Amino acid sequence: MSHTRRDMIIVDDLRVRFGSHDAVRGVSFRVPEGSSFGIVGESGSGKSTVMRALAGLNDLWDGYLEIAGMPLGRGKPPDFFRRVQMVFQDPYGSLHPRQTVDRALSEPLLVQGIGDIDRRIRQVLADVALPAAARFRYPHQLSGGQRQRVAIARALISEPSVLLLDEPTSALDVSVQAEILNLLADLREERKLTYLMVSHNLAVVAHLCPWVGVMSNGEMVEILSAEDLRAGRTRNPQTTRLRELSAELG
Amino acid sequence: MIGRLFDRAWLLSDSPQSRAQAAWGRRYRLWCDFRANKPALYGLATVIALLACAILAPLLATHDPVTQNLGQRLLPPSTQHWLGTDELGRDVYSRLLYGARVTLGMVLAVVVLVAPIGLAVGCVAGYYRGAADVILMRVTDVFLAFPRLILALAFVAAIQPGMTSAVIAIALTTWPPYARLARAETMTIRDADYIAAVRMTGASSGRIILRHIMPLCLGSLIVRVTLDMSAIIIFAASLGFLGMGAQPPSPEWGTMIATARRFLLDQWWVPLIPGIAILVASLAFNLLGDGLRDVLDPRQG
Repeated sequence: MSHTRRDMIIVDDLRVRFGSHDAVRGVSFRVPEGSSFGIVGESGSGKSTVMRALAGLNDLWDGYLEIAGMPLGRGKPPDFFRRVQMVFQDPYGSLHPRQTVDRALSEPLLVQGIGDIDRRIRQVLADVALPAAARFRYPHQLSGGQRQRVAIARALISEPSVLLLDEPTSALDVSVQAEILNLLADLREERKLTYLMVSHNLAVVAHLCPWVGVMSNGEMVEILSAEDLRAGRTRNPQTTRLRELSAELG
Repeated sequence: MIGRLFDRAWLLSDSPQSRAQAAWGRRYRLWCDFRANKPALYGLATVIALLACAILAPLLATHDPVTQNLGQRLLPPSTQHWLGTDELGRDVYSRLLYGARVTLGMVLAVVVLVAPIGLAVGCVAGYYRGAADVILMRVTDVFLAFPRLILALAFVAAIQPGMTSAVIAIALTTWPPYARLARAETMTIRDADYIAAVRMTGASSGRIILRHIMPLCLGSLIVRVTLDMSAIIIFAASLGFLGMGAQPPSPEWGTMIATARRFLLDQWWVPLIPGIAILVASLAFNLLGDGLRDVLDPRQG
């Protein structure tokens, strides 16, 4: 990790409890500006919980969180949601079934009071390679890949600097997965975005993220580079096991 | 714009050019689904016909509905009095038309009062959960715990019998199921990713409820209201029958049956005709509601 760039995401000793269950137990990591950090782990390992706390969707946590220079607390600064956006796992569940693409994309602009709506929507549709004809369609008139492009467009339209990606490709066909990953990689270059990505698929994470954290049972057991992960230079038995599992499946 | 609403290609275009076109296209598809359901279509036609009768009552009526003519009491149907006359010699056909105004007017007033209250209470309780949910739902439970007719009777008796108090009484006892329904819908919607996405725009809770959750609850609420219309008609008629609703000489259907019940054996058509009107109206709303449920309720497909 380069030390000349500032850290866009700082997570220090994050703890999340649901009732008597410790979902996250003291997780710490940093993501420098313009970089990407992947979190892998089995389901229930707490990786999505870390992301939802960072997204401001769950306020029940302890520790220190900072995104884009803004420490997160109970109340969020007004432009927090302009700087941080999220792409959800299931494109079939993340788009409002009664709202057209146009409506979904104009909502963040209306809430944030950003003008020039028509031009911005046309621009962002072009950026995610959606045809202009899709603008006034309902989600049920779009394919899974197109829906995920809409979800990415919605996240990008308020021009955030940090994008939280919650398994953005796991609900899609393999061929579409590659398209979406390439799109995300291109957008990161163009817009100097910082990504935090959660996935159970090591190949997907290693493709996009130079650094990967492995979570197990609410703890981050290992942080290693994507090359080390690919080459099998793992130190923690949990990482080794995850790697073997995904090698068997792949 | 209006002309385009009859242009199938424009309505069914899979790449609409504007929000309005997309919205009308969606409505047109719903209408196509609805149209395939014949009984529902009959229900809709009957409801429209009843509403037309109510609105056009002064034009369609052959007599003044309240003018008494004691020389022509309890006449059977004839060319002069199409549906006969009642115990005070008033024309039943004309009273039936004006009665549609009173009965349907009361039903509409109840719905206009009840649906927004139920929707608002249910959505707020379901969205905030916690204390707001507990308080609102216990209030709802209190209203649900009373037998409907008894509560309405007590309320009307406590104020004064009449149409306004009957409407308020029916509304008081009708809103809790809508609140329950809206709350249940809201609870399933509030944790969906698309609502999380709206929260991540920084939208306020009020905006999320009004613009993103309520529109989704509306479908099942409309279905439920339409299906309940028949119950409300009968409820209004029951209050009228018990003398707690519309007061004579106002020609409300339930009141008409009540005053004519003495003649059930000898001049049976006098109470029967408003009874048939209640039956037809209830049946029409039920058929319409069934059709709307097939189209609007997501759980049905």
